[in-house]
Order: sequence, then C-alpha cells, then structure tokens
Amino acid sequence: MTVEAAAPILRVDHVTKRFGGLVAVDDVTFDVKKGEIFALIGPNGAGKTTLFNGITGIFPPTTGRVIFQDREITGAKPHQVATLGIARTFQNIRLFEYMSALDNVRLGQHCRMSAKLWDSLFKTPLERREERRVTDRAIELLKFVGIERYTHTYARNLPYGSQRRLEIARALATNPALLLLDEPAAGFTPQEKVELMGLVHKIVDNGVTVFLIEHDMKVVMGVSRRIVVLDHGEKIAEGTPEQVRNDQRVIEAYLGKQH
Amino acid sequence: MLRQFWERGPRRDPNTIAYVVLLVAAIFFPILVNVITGGNSSSIMTVAADAGVYVLLAIGLNVVVGFAGLLDLGYAAFFAIGAYTYAFLASDHMRVTPLGEPIHVSFWIVLVIAMFVAASFGVILGAPTLRLRGDYLAIVTLGFGEIVPRVFRNAAGWTSGVNGISALDIPSLPLWLQGPWSGDPFAVVPDFKIISSIGYYAIMVILVIICVILVRNLQRSRLGRAWMAVREDEVAAAAMGVNTVAVKLLAFSIGAAFSGFAGTYYAGKLSLVSPENFGFSVSITILVMVVLGGMGNIPGVITGALLVYYVIFVLLQQLPEFAVNFVTSIGLGGLVKSSGDYPGIAEFISRLKFLVFGLILVIVMLVRPQGLLPSRQREQELQKGVKEDTVIEDVNAETT
Repeated sequence: MTVEAAAPILRVDHVTKRFGGLVAVDDVTFDVKKGEIFALIGPNGAGKTTLFNGITGIFPPTTGRVIFQDREITGAKPHQVATLGIARTFQNIRLFEYMSALDNVRLGQHCRMSAKLWDSLFKTPLERREERRVTDRAIELLKFVGIERYTHTYARNLPYGSQRRLEIARALATNPALLLLDEPAAGFTPQEKVELMGLVHKIVDNGVTVFLIEHDMKVVMGVSRRIVVLDHGEKIAEGTPEQVRNDQRVIEAYLGKQH
Repeated sequence: MLRQFWERGPRRDPNTIAYVVLLVAAIFFPILVNVITGGNSSSIMTVAADAGVYVLLAIGLNVVVGFAGLLDLGYAAFFAIGAYTYAFLASDHMRVTPLGEPIHVSFWIVLVIAMFVAASFGVILGAPTLRLRGDYLAIVTLGFGEIVPRVFRNAAGWTSGVNGISALDIPSLPLWLQGPWSGDPFAVVPDFKIISSIGYYAIMVILVIICVILVRNLQRSRLGRAWMAVREDEVAAAAMGVNTVAVKLLAFSIGAAFSGFAGTYYAGKLSLVSPENFGFSVSITILVMVVLGGMGNIPGVITGALLVYYVIFVLLQQLPEFAVNFVTSIGLGGLVKSSGDYPGIAEFISRLKFLVFGLILVIVMLVRPQGLLPSRQREQELQKGVKEDTVIEDVNAETT
C-alpha cells in the first residue's frame, strides 16, 4: 500500500505559463501520488485554474513538462488527455445545458466507445449493445453521485448543487485514472460541502486519484493529506495540512503581511 | 388502450405523428393528384419530385447546421459537384473533352460515387477551415459556394461553360415488371428507362425515406451526441474526450454527401446541368428551409423544405395570375392593362414576388422563431427562463 501510494501518477515539472507579459504560472513543480486526494489551494488569481488548463491541454504550458503515468503529455490535445485518463470539471460549470443529465453522462463515455460511422448509420448489433451498456453505466453513475431523479431533466434545469454533481458524473464517465476537480464546492453551504467531501472519498475508494482546487482552506484541510499552495503563480508551500497551515508565507498570502 | 398508446408513443415523441403524416401524404399524394386532375398528373408530379430534391438537401444541411451548429453558406457547391459528377460519368459529353471517350455509368452507381466525391470535397474544404469558429467558417463556405459554380463555368474545355452539359443518360432499372397498370401486357423488361414523372416521384420518396432513416440513426448515436455537445460547448466536449475537429469534419462531409446525392438525382431527372443552377440563392433557400422548418429536427426541416418550395416555386409564380383573376372578378378589369408607368396588374404583382416572400419569412420568424416543428433543444433555448422545471422524456433511453 505504501509503495503504491508513493508512485506518482502525475508529475508537473517546472511548468510555466505566460500570457503575453503576464506570468500566470511560474516554474511550478510537484507530484500527485496514485490513490491520494491532492489539493491545490491559493488566493484568487493565483494560477490554479491556469495550471489545470495546462495539464488538460486547453492552454498548453509555455515551458516545462507534464508527465502522466510515466508518459509526457505536454501539448497533447484536450481529447487526447481525456482519452489517456485525465478527466476534469470546471470552476464555472460547463455542462451541455440543453442535453439531459443522462445524455451528458453518456457523452462522457464517448472516448470509451468503439462504434464507427458505419455502426451508427445502420444501427448494427454492436452499436445497440454499446448504447445499452453506455446507458446502464450512465444511470449507475447518476446514482453514484446521487442525482438519479434528474436523469431525464435538461442539465440547465437542475438545481445548482446537482449540476456540480452531474459534472462530476460526466467526468467519471470518461473512466479516468485521475480526476481534476476545479472548486467543486464553490457556492455550497457547509452541509453540502460535507456531503461533497463524502462523495470525493467514495471516488477515491473506487481507485480514482483526485486532484482538487479549493479556495476554502477549511474544506481542504479535512480531506487532503497533501497540499500545494500557489500564490501569484508561484508555489509557496507544499506539505501536510498542518505544515501548510503554519507556513509563514501561506499565512501572508491569505491574510496579508503583518506590519 | 388508445390512451396508453398515445402516452407511450406520440406524446413522448411528437415526431412520430409528423413521420406518419408525411409518409401517408407521400403515398396518397399521387393518387389524390390523379383524381383531381383527372389522370393528367404529370406536370404536378414533376414539381413534387423537384421539391423532393430540396427535401434531400434540407435533410443534409440540417446535419451541418442543425446538429453540429456549423453555418454553411455554400451548401449548393456540393449539390453542383454531385450534379456534374453525374454529367461527367453518364453522358456522351466526355467525348468532346480532352478525355475523348464517353463514359456511361449506371445512375444508381453514380448516386453512390457522387456521395463519396461530394464528401471528399467536404473534407478538403473542412479540414483546413473547421478550426475556425462561427462567422469565419460561414465566410469560407460562402467563398467556396461562389468558387465551385465559377470553376464549372470557366473550365469550358471540360464542362462546356455556361452552356452546361445536356442529354445526360436517362436513369434506368436493370429489370422491371410491366403489366396492365402501365397499360401494357405482362412482361419482364430489361433496362427499363424511367421517363414517367410518377417514376421519379417514387424514386425520390424512397431516397428520402432512406436518408431519413440514416440521419435519424446518426442523430441518436454516439456521433449525434457528440455533435450536440460540440454545438453547445466545444471546450467541455473536448475535455470529455471528443475529438472536436474530427466530429465537425464528419458533420460537414456527411452533409456534403447528401448534397451530392441530391445533385445526381437532380441531374438525372433534368438531364441537364448548368452552372447557373447552383448559385448563392440555392444555398440560402436551403438554409431558409432548415431554419424555418425547425433546425435540428428532421420532420421539421422536411416540412420546411416542402412549404418553402411550394411558396417560392408554385405560389409566388401563380400570384400574378391570381391577381388578374381577382381584379377581373371584382369588376376592376381595367387594372389588367398597362398604361404609362403602370405595367398592368400581372407584371406589378410579379415584381412584388420576393417582397411577399420576404414578408412571409419575417412573419413566420416573428411568430415562430423556433421554426414550424422545432427540436426540443431549440424550443428550450428560445424559452430560456420561461419554464424552469421542464422534465423531458428521453426517447433514446430504451432501458429506462
């Protein structure tokens, strides 16, 4: 267990992202280990989401490397990254609003399906079997995140909290080894946050590594064993919740310098 | 029991009714016309078969615009490519080109070839341009739509330029059973030439049915979902593992294939192709059919195509005649003659034709912006914030 837990699933190696003259992420290095809940925290504008976009290929890093399961994925296209086994959610929910919850999750399985154009055109037995399998799996996932009663509702008509859960279900549908959650508890009540963290634990128990961004330090301290702190694009601390909480630079970043 | 059927079938999927109505209408239309005209239905059936060409085109453009959300303003280009493919492969024309030898391939085989030729051009145009978004793509397709007819006009050595290519082969069936229904004795005829307008109508209905089945299968497949996702949010679709460029390219080339298909039929029926038949106005007409009928919904675009075709090619053409009859019957016969600047009622109304068409479009779009028979998504998009709690029944979910 300890040996396996120590193996890195994702390595962010001296990654820098510049937008023109602005350095959004500055030479950041860390490892995410297999089977853990890893957290990235930092104040607004620290570069957290930019780093996620760099990992998932939406905005590839300017310099540095991203290595996933011993394979360099720097500069890979988003759909390639997803196919390799990294799924994500978005800070500002990006569901397919005018598709049902079920279809959102079925779409998530797109890259795990093998029906070709021919199969789709002529509804071959392979296509039918696959559609049934995908539908069953989608319903299973909706139950897993606890929103099965919205199966046939348009994503946009779901309550806010259920939309966040649906996004997680859709990401899990891609059958990822690593799940990136971008502020999954944003806008949640304390009660909802507790429930969400329960869900995150359930996901990890199913063998998926979770890497999450969180703004709220309290939430993170409860679930993560290891935390990295970004501020102004730079990594300012890494360690256990206790270490991070007592780190002088982290306190300064969040509360400002003492005068 | 009837109620149960209603709840399960039509109410869940209103399209079922639309499909049944359309199919019944397609079957009974020739009979009805025959009765009304007293056995002299030929001219009306020709028009109906021509309308079918636009139905095919609208179904194809719907894949591009309605499903994948790509605005294609040069769709007629693929139509032209399909028609010229037939002209090249099934006439004596090749004798007068640098090739020197006529080619005669069967109509049915060219149908398939033209699909692939048009699809290939779709890929050639799409591959470099589908990275562009929205408006840019529209402009590129607009350019393509202008270039293709121009190439056919100017490459006169191969295409006879503005004169076009005429005397194309008449489509024929390899085997046909003739009998009393056509006024002949029973016999099996080989190489039966299709010349009757009802024959073309029948072929068109069969082609449309085939296309509807195929497109419906696509819409409800993995690919159809991916198109919808790309249309809604490209970034999210890509992050979920959808190769957005490949998926858009498929939509584009499948749309083109349908257009090529329709082009071959059109050329075979008319026995003539000319670069004048594939201008910008054709592309726009098809787009109007798709939008007015209900983007993304197959029965909707079929209805839209039929209605718009009827308005442009039948109703508006007859409008001057109606006007003459009308003013004569109410005793204002003096209006029929021209005098001074006034050209006479027929010409006067004829000049207003497209004003009337424009007005019809504006009114329809104001009253029913979602189209005549919209898809559920379109309907929802336009009702944003009105119904907050709509629960849809999912027609795809067989297991639920």
